[in-house]
Amino acid sequence: MTTPNDVDGARVSSWRLLARNPVTLVSSLILLAVAVVAVTANWIAPYGVNDIDVPNALQPSSGAHWFGTDELGRDVFSRVLVAIQASMRIAVVSVAFAVVVGVTVGIVAGYRGGWLDAVLMRIVDVMFAFPVLLLALAVVAILGPGVTTTILAIGIVYTPIFARVARGSTLGVRTEPFVQVSRAMGAGDVYILRRHILPNIAGPLIVQTSLSLAFAILSEAALSFLGLGIQPPQPSLGRMIFDSQGFVTMAWWMAVFPGAAIFLIVLAFNLFGDGLRDVLDPKQRTTIEARRREQ
Amino acid sequence: MSAPTVLTHPITRFIARRLLYSAVVLFGVLIVVFALVHLVPGDPVRIALGTRYTPEAYEALRTASGLDRPIVSQFFGYLASAVTGDLGVSFRNGDPVTVTLVERLPATLSLGIVGILIALTIALPAGIFSALREGRISDAIVRVTSQFGVSIPDFWMGILLITLFASTLGWLPTSGYRPLFDDPASWLRHIILPGLTVGVVAAAIMTRYVRAAVLEVAAMGYVRTARSKGLPPRIVTFRHTVRNALVPILTITGIQLATLLGGVIVVEVVFAWPGLGRLVYNAVAARDYPLIQGTVLLIAALFLLINLLVDVLYAVVDPRIRLA
Repeated sequence: MTTPNDVDGARVSSWRLLARNPVTLVSSLILLAVAVVAVTANWIAPYGVNDIDVPNALQPSSGAHWFGTDELGRDVFSRVLVAIQASMRIAVVSVAFAVVVGVTVGIVAGYRGGWLDAVLMRIVDVMFAFPVLLLALAVVAILGPGVTTTILAIGIVYTPIFARVARGSTLGVRTEPFVQVSRAMGAGDVYILRRHILPNIAGPLIVQTSLSLAFAILSEAALSFLGLGIQPPQPSLGRMIFDSQGFVTMAWWMAVFPGAAIFLIVLAFNLFGDGLRDVLDPKQRTTIEARRREQ
Repeated sequence: MSAPTVLTHPITRFIARRLLYSAVVLFGVLIVVFALVHLVPGDPVRIALGTRYTPEAYEALRTASGLDRPIVSQFFGYLASAVTGDLGVSFRNGDPVTVTLVERLPATLSLGIVGILIALTIALPAGIFSALREGRISDAIVRVTSQFGVSIPDFWMGILLITLFASTLGWLPTSGYRPLFDDPASWLRHIILPGLTVGVVAAAIMTRYVRAAVLEVAAMGYVRTARSKGLPPRIVTFRHTVRNALVPILTITGIQLATLLGGVIVVEVVFAWPGLGRLVYNAVAARDYPLIQGTVLLIAALFLLINLLVDVLYAVVDPRIRLA
């Protein structure tokens, strides 16, 4: 078998493989736009999120109000933009928490093995026995509603999956000859972890991060929908949908635009994660390249 | 070597091992559920009473819930009661938690089962079709469509369905639940929209698993052998591939059902469905800790039970699992 080569003889870079898949390309462009919105929301929003204008309540989409107005005459477009910012901030911080804690636990369990592995993995099993939203609700029940609680709840909920992925990958790498040789040459644990384990388990973890961001956005929206996440007057996509319930037959835009925003962001993270998996998972990668060369 | 008896039979040993594992995890779940009320910053009894606080009511509730005893004694007390089916009484209205849970369970079970049936109706054909067309454009369409389903917020879809089929067209009721045995026709009319909401999202997830299961079997040696013997493709597809893929599909159906039972919280709230999900949601809002604990414990226990049943069934159907 030859090493897969591109025309110029260099190994195909992950980025070029990613860009070759139109679905991944489109989803990464959407995510880029979302990131820009998340950073600039307060500047690009045409109206203040709590500018009440009752005479213009429940207006459909127009040049002045792209996504229409809600029951208090607030601009739905501006509120969606700022809510996306809040949503993204919660998702990124909570998933970062899950990655740091989960990966640490997973690597320690997989690398050390023995009783420590057994204990840590039983704890992970216990956490998996609780459905995601139920576990998040339990955290809210303890700490009370709010943004910090939401971040902590989502972070805790997604920690076990990272622990499992990291442990599985670590187990796979630990017995590889290059790790054994490195150890025989006297390399310390920290060196082996940094030099061999982390780079080799990064692929599955990056994929999991993208997928978890998708689910974190959904979880945050669900918690805010239930009134347990972001609290008014701060706008949130979930709560906007909840509030639309009484008006949806006369003002469909109040429900459709915030929901479409959630849907689009989650879809983009999911499709991007899938595209990443095709490229970063070495087994999958060889099949893609093999298939490409057969054509 | 003597023939294996019932006790030494591999499947008995497998079931015993699996039971022990479930018991260990259930014990962990119990610790978490017990700890829930103790992790609350401040005094849970005081928080639960809120504006109804009086020193007498406080003392009464504190004694009734056993929170005045030492923590170790409380834990073993909770453990002993939970084993006998006593999950304490609600902070709000003093009703026994177990009775409330038993009342609410049928609504959630019927929604979960209808949801999973809708999901299977969509996911089985879609997943098999997608796997048989692997790598072609029709496969890509099924895969991207299933991503659409995974990405839809269920409460949003529920509200859109209500708006279209209930508020605008008036074909179905907007919300509510009727017990199946009281009035089957009315039960069906009430369950269609929430069932569809739950089912479509589950279908999207299951389609991917069905596809993966069929692909895995299709790569097996015996499928190639069957094909090279010259058997017609239809026979190879259904008798050799799909039939063997049914076992992993059964597993994922079980796990999905277990997930649904705890995952329908938001859908139950949208459709005013009087199940466990809405119960726990109201309990969280009211800071009714015994009720939260009981519901969380029941749902986690159901999850473990369904997983256990699926694993045992798997081992009975597929002897290779027992040896692993």
